[in-house]
Amino acid sequence: METIQGSEPRLPAPDKPYPVTVLGYPAEMIGPTATYAKVSEQVAGIPLKHPNPKFWFIGFTIAFSLFLMLCGAVSYLIYRGVGIWGINIPVAWGFAITNFVWWIGIGHAGTFISAILLLLHQKWRTTINRFTEAMTLFAVMCAGLFPLLHLGRPWVFFWLLPYPDTMSLWPQFRSPLVWDVFAVSTYFLVSLMFWYLGVMPDLATVRDKAKTKWKKIIYGMCCMGWRGSAVHWQRHQTAYLLLGGLATPLVLSVHSVVSFDFSVAQLPGWHSTLFPPYFVAGAIYSGFAMVLNLLIPIRRIYGLQNLITTRTLNNMACVTLATCWMVVYGYIMEAFTAWYSGDPFEKHMMWDRAFGAYGWVFWILMLLNCVIPQLLWSRRVRTHDIALFFVALSANIGMWIERFVIVVQSLHNDFVPSSWAMYIPTKWDWITLFGSIGLFLMLQFLFIRYVPMISISESRELIAQRKEGQL
Amino acid sequence: MIEEKSIGALAPEIPVEYEEPELFGLMAEFEEHDQLLAATRRAYAEGYRRMDAYSPFPVEGLAEALGHEHSAIPLFTLIGGMVGGLGGYFMEWYAMARLYPLNVGGRPHNSWPNFIPIVFELTVLIASVSAFLGVFILNKLPQPHHPVFNVPEFERASIDRFFLCIEADDPKFNVEQTRKFLGDLKAHKVMEVIE
Repeated sequence: METIQGSEPRLPAPDKPYPVTVLGYPAEMIGPTATYAKVSEQVAGIPLKHPNPKFWFIGFTIAFSLFLMLCGAVSYLIYRGVGIWGINIPVAWGFAITNFVWWIGIGHAGTFISAILLLLHQKWRTTINRFTEAMTLFAVMCAGLFPLLHLGRPWVFFWLLPYPDTMSLWPQFRSPLVWDVFAVSTYFLVSLMFWYLGVMPDLATVRDKAKTKWKKIIYGMCCMGWRGSAVHWQRHQTAYLLLGGLATPLVLSVHSVVSFDFSVAQLPGWHSTLFPPYFVAGAIYSGFAMVLNLLIPIRRIYGLQNLITTRTLNNMACVTLATCWMVVYGYIMEAFTAWYSGDPFEKHMMWDRAFGAYGWVFWILMLLNCVIPQLLWSRRVRTHDIALFFVALSANIGMWIERFVIVVQSLHNDFVPSSWAMYIPTKWDWITLFGSIGLFLMLQFLFIRYVPMISISESRELIAQRKEGQL
Repeated sequence: MIEEKSIGALAPEIPVEYEEPELFGLMAEFEEHDQLLAATRRAYAEGYRRMDAYSPFPVEGLAEALGHEHSAIPLFTLIGGMVGGLGGYFMEWYAMARLYPLNVGGRPHNSWPNFIPIVFELTVLIASVSAFLGVFILNKLPQPHHPVFNVPEFERASIDRFFLCIEADDPKFNVEQTRKFLGDLKAHKVMEVIE
């Protein structure tokens, strides 16, 4: 079969409902019947016509209830202080930092898909990048909440920022915690600009498809009066590519900076040069798992299988498996360096991790993060959306437990046995965790309700390329 | 004069003077992006300069066909990145070595390796903000209204149709000739754009 460079041949498969590549992988990036008008109608139709309102209202109600619980928990936290959590000395970080690291890791998949895969010309990212970028924004919002709440006095959070204040004080720029402030806020702002730049032309499509005056006005304002001029597109595309190029080192730097919070400290289990790459791999791993968890139900409910094809799911599952092995390598090297260092504190930490008070958590982590994702070696699991959903769920929970083990287990058994203590989460810890999931899902529901969740203009590009035989 | 006016008020059938609607330009509609690209190249070769092409997705080479070779966005981004990086380092040095010198683990006040992460983040941030704002400043957006929106068919410019608009203030513009020229380009339809 003749192919054009960068494309794969498409062969009919007798036993599968989709055409495949030579190696038997699903070949379609976009459904065979898609046209410009149909894609516009289908994607812009979701915010305009609001199909499946029952699903949306039930889902939104659950998410909103969880969000209200978060509001309650945060109010009580501000009233009483961080003592309502299970934190103590030595485990001062507890759930708050676990959740922070977990959420910010989830955000990484969005930028990975939209920036790194853009530069690598991975066209299958086209139909999922908008959704995952939005997921990044919401995950970073949830992440940013936790260090602020953990400050103890969240109302003076602006002391973290450099500004000439009346006390003549400045942030300590040599501290990784201050680097974090810059890394996370830069990450949020750059992701937001990247996302908005991408969504602007699609909001113009919604404006032009809208039937009522108010929808036209509101979407028209949101798209800034975009009219698709070629000169505008040229600047838009240049900026989009440049932002992709800028976001690429950024996404690798953000979780590295987060890992410095740990690895710059002297604590056994934290003080390791392995941390930055290990954290970044874990971040992309959990991020892809979260994308799968969100996209699989949504693609079914809104009937988007022709845009988010089996091939896309298969590719995401492959990235998940690859990053899973990077994480496994991280676990192995952690144990190895602890043993090889000959340092008694390091060796004790590793022994305690596997067989100490939190040992059972560690073995659940091994099961969820290392064993279950091996199912992804099977092509049948990768192309079966329900199986894939549960594997991704296992990876997501596994990654949360990993963050918990790193934060809590390392802290609870430090150098001096007299200072050892257990950390037991209180109900407020749990409410805040599930409340943040509610906040995340609530924003996600609002996004799919009001914003086109698939990049329409980029899908049109795919269709044009297929017409020219370049796909 | 005064008398005439008072009579006019009593007699509404006196014709009201209409302002002649001003022509913004002529617009041709195409079904495929390569037709638009070919038409734009023809129009440029014909000598038209004040024109614009509209498409529902970025068409490679279309801006170049309009005579728009380079955009200033990379320059904006470069300057932004340099301001962010140098400004970030200056901020850290000035705060840590001049305004509020603090001894942390015996390290020098100007401990540059510790300053790198924030310098990097600020470089990326200011460069991105410049690229982003550059798009809006150079494109003159937000612009709520533009004459092309007066054409009802233009709704499809964001859906599935491709448009070429030759503007009336082009020196070579002539309603009859330009209309004929656009008609010869295999356009699906040629329309007038009212200011």
